[in-house]
Amino acid sequence: MIARFAARRAATLAVTLFVASVAIYGALFLAPGDPATLLVGGGKPPSPHLLAEIHRQYHLDDPFWQSYWRWLTGIAHGDAGQSLSYHDSVARLLADRAGNTLFLIAYATVLIVVAGVALGAVAGLRGGWADTAVTVVTTTLMAVPVFVSSVLLIWWMSVRLAWFPAYGSGAGLTGRLEHLTLPAVALAVSWLAYVAQVTRSAVRAEAASEHVQTARGRGLPDRLVVRKHILRNASGPIVSVSGVAVAGLIASCSIVEQAFGVNGIGALLVQSAAKQDLAVVQAVALLTVVAFAVVNTAVDLATSALDHRIPLGGDV
Amino acid sequence: MSTPQLAAAAGARLVPGRLRAFARGQGTLTAAAVVVALVVLAAVCAPLLAPYDPNAVDPLAVSQGSSAAHWLGTDDTGRDLLSRLLYGARPSLLAPAVITVVAGTVGTALAVTAAWLGGWWDRLVSAALDVVFGFPGLVLAVVGAAVFGAGLDIAVATLSLAYLPYVARVVRSGALRERALPYISALEMLGMSGPRICLRHLVPNLLPLVLVQATTSFGYTMLDVAAFSFIGLGTQPPSAEWGLMVAGGTPGILAGRPEQSLYAGAVIVVFVVACNVLGSGLSRRLLGAQR
Repeated sequence: MIARFAARRAATLAVTLFVASVAIYGALFLAPGDPATLLVGGGKPPSPHLLAEIHRQYHLDDPFWQSYWRWLTGIAHGDAGQSLSYHDSVARLLADRAGNTLFLIAYATVLIVVAGVALGAVAGLRGGWADTAVTVVTTTLMAVPVFVSSVLLIWWMSVRLAWFPAYGSGAGLTGRLEHLTLPAVALAVSWLAYVAQVTRSAVRAEAASEHVQTARGRGLPDRLVVRKHILRNASGPIVSVSGVAVAGLIASCSIVEQAFGVNGIGALLVQSAAKQDLAVVQAVALLTVVAFAVVNTAVDLATSALDHRIPLGGDV
Repeated sequence: MSTPQLAAAAGARLVPGRLRAFARGQGTLTAAAVVVALVVLAAVCAPLLAPYDPNAVDPLAVSQGSSAAHWLGTDDTGRDLLSRLLYGARPSLLAPAVITVVAGTVGTALAVTAAWLGGWWDRLVSAALDVVFGFPGLVLAVVGAAVFGAGLDIAVATLSLAYLPYVARVVRSGALRERALPYISALEMLGMSGPRICLRHLVPNLLPLVLVQATTSFGYTMLDVAAFSFIGLGTQPPSAEWGLMVAGGTPGILAGRPEQSLYAGAVIVVFVVACNVLGSGLSRRLLGAQR
């Protein structure tokens, strides 16, 4: 049953990735005029000689599926062509920036999972004023979009308090921690609040259930009841929503990187789109979509593995 | 659990009696409706309300705080912030409105035909929606901007596509539920044609569902459009737009003058929260009996 479900999810993933890659590559041919101008970047009409060179280099005159396949296998082998506006290979541009982006996403994920689950568990288990405080704060935070939280953090933490730098990516572990703390917090806050609320409702639902009353009635120590009977059973929705959060981080990290001047893949996507350098945009967009789709699929599989009661068929 | 429900739950603990009733029921819904109506009115009447031309620079009044002449102060080229917020409401509201209408109409059409015809068309539509759903909307919009050049129109086109599944999935299951009801087979028995049943009976009965979905996604599309302008690929300067104003205020923040970013950010947050409250209020009111 679970194997069939996994096979179906894998098939959907494959179809999604195939359609997405065709769309991303095909975008090149949607533009009015010669697609080669988009590979030069800068939006200016280049010389006919350069255009002919690009046609040859990218095999633009070949049939679509042939050039698509060449592009896809090239990326799979780490060769995504040359960026003419950055004067560098796309693979090197990505390699230089991947570290910052991965660090940022990992940092934000840790914040979301640790702080979100802790806040939600405290609110759900304690109740009373702690519950009220967490609920009010998280409800407010959930409404703040990433770009507004970035701007607020820059104003409050870097300008007024001068605790963290407002710009740049930093080098080494301490430099990165210093520079990427605010971006990670900005990226994490609204998802953190969401995870906290989901955790709170899941914990409350479990704490009120009969098997927990029975466990308490048997005289099991409180710590054991909380760990083995409440948190364990509440983990399904928590894992599921945390995974959705990570997928969301992948999609929105370009906003934060742009706001804080982080030299990452998201900022590269935005800047190369502004320069209309499509060789870079295509490679980054493909990577982002692959990461997004794979995380989403993994979450679905993990959720169903954690809770066998979740119906695996229903598509309604 | 949705935000407003939680807000109501929190309110119940904090304040007793009449205030609790306010937080639960009519009060918040009315307040949200008033906020949305006021912002729409401000956008429509911007030329009447704005004290200045939104793009008029005044070198003698650069980066001022609030005063009698400029209620919200001026930006770093001496443009009046209140006027820019008022005029900025126009693209900030119009773009999400177009996206919501396009995604709502096309999504409903796809969903209803899929539910009605079933078979290969239903499978095709559902699979296509799954594929679009697996594609982050913002990345789609950025690729669009790379091909066609930056601008709000490309954001509207790509985000309309990205938001299709959000409407279509919900409406499809609604249409499937509705199709199974006896009145539809009664109409079929009376010899009414499929398209006519859909247009005259099925779609009107699904409208509340579409309306609720549209209201909620309006807030989210606004956030996406503003984010797209914030990263510099949507509305281009010197036009006034809220997301662009948040970004345009960042040099001011570093110079200790955060007003522009804070005002624009606050307007966005308040409006989106109002949309969400309105959406779940409508959902309780219109769909309450069904759920």
